[in-house]
Amino acid sequence: MALHVKTNVNGDAAEFLCEPDETLLDALRDRLGLTGTKEGCGTGDCGACSVILDGRLVCSCLVLAAEAEGRSVRTIEGMAKGDELTTLQRKFLEHAALQCGVCTPGFLVAAEELLRRNDNPTEEQVRYWLAGNLCRCTGYDKIVRAVLDAAKDMREHAHA
Amino acid sequence: MRFESPSTVAAAAALLAEPGARALAGGSDLLVQMKSGMVQPAVIVDLKRIAGLGEIRETPDAFIIGAAVPGAALREAKALRKAWPGLVDGSKLIGSTQIQGRATVAGNLCNASPAADSVPAMAACGAMAVVTGPNGSRTVPVEDIPVGPGRTSLAKGELVEAIRLPKPPPRTGSAYLRFTPRTEMDIAVASVGIALSLDADGTVTAAKVVLGAVGPKVIIPEAAARALIGTRADAAALDALAAACSAAATPIDDKRGTKEFRIRVVGVLARRAAEKAIERAKGK
Ligand code: FES
Ligand code: FES
Repeated sequence: MALHVKTNVNGDAAEFLCEPDETLLDALRDRLGLTGTKEGCGTGDCGACSVILDGRLVCSCLVLAAEAEGRSVRTIEGMAKGDELTTLQRKFLEHAALQCGVCTPGFLVAAEELLRRNDNPTEEQVRYWLAGNLCRCTGYDKIVRAVLDAAKDMREHAHA
Repeated sequence: MRFESPSTVAAAAALLAEPGARALAGGSDLLVQMKSGMVQPAVIVDLKRIAGLGEIRETPDAFIIGAAVPGAALREAKALRKAWPGLVDGSKLIGSTQIQGRATVAGNLCNASPAADSVPAMAACGAMAVVTGPNGSRTVPVEDIPVGPGRTSLAKGELVEAIRLPKPPPRTGSAYLRFTPRTEMDIAVASVGIALSLDADGTVTAAKVVLGAVGPKVIIPEAAARALIGTRADAAALDALAAACSAAATPIDDKRGTKEFRIRVVGVLARRAAEKAIERAKGK
């Protein structure tokens, strides 16, 4: 039996029909056409499907779509303003923090949430926070550098 | 399959009494089990719309952690962290930041994995599970909920609606330590939760020692607590503690560790956890 879910995605009202056992990841991608959120493992191990659900970073593959009723979801699509990238996104490009790019939306969503909570994280804090995001290409160092550099840039601009 | 999101504990209990019903709290175990085909629930009962279950309440003599409170919220709860750091030691080791955003300690308890990190930690702190079912509520020590891998003592229709932790006596410290081959994102090979209280001279007056991942469920060796009580946790007492823990462990061999290794390391962990708990009890 299909369920009718009304939710909010990236600040806009959204609704869709879904099956009771359908994940939020599948509903975002297949029902709402928001394919920026990726599926790596489907079991909570890789973080490619990271989204923010009511202010908490979660794996959308471990959330049922029906759970999103009345909640608010933030995905990678809510990040850039049109062609204008955020500082964090620009730093990923500058530091070559991606190769194939499958992990990138998840890293960006997770890292943005870290910087929202802590504008001056240590390298260790960045690595622990992102330990649930796997990347098979970059070896992580470039990603960590991009996040630390974005944090620095954002702090300088906030105080400027 | 149906998806239900009841607004009261009584309605959740009624739904959970239906055949093939499963409770959904953080979902980090249930959804993985569904995906692998291990379980195919007929009814999924989401507990997160029940008023109060998403909150940590503080009363004059206890903390009450609702069944839907994620690990991340436990870490943010300053008073709870100060009172029972050992609980937070255990809960924060479960999974990644993303998992912490969802997974609950009540769920960790009911999933009944012998290696569950929060269970020895909670049990050491004297946590009680508030269990509600079709016939009313009962309160039991958390260590009585899991009875073996994946099996609990909950009757049909019963759910753990909250975890209740007493306020600690003065000069109480707690700690949880585990061994894993990797530094993060791993499952305990052996683990120890300890809570203890000191008198004004630093003598241990009460202690609870709980072993994880070295048996089908947690092990609470009385001899381990006795090794500490009445001592100032000097070298001889810590040696006796480690020996009592190793003697009580009944682990299996598996790909994550051998029996011999687990028996040995659980004693080492107990000694270190006791040292940490003592430091915390002394307010260091
Ligand atoms: S797809 Fe969700 S964690 Fe890998
Ligand atoms: S860039 Fe390919 S997995 Fe990270």
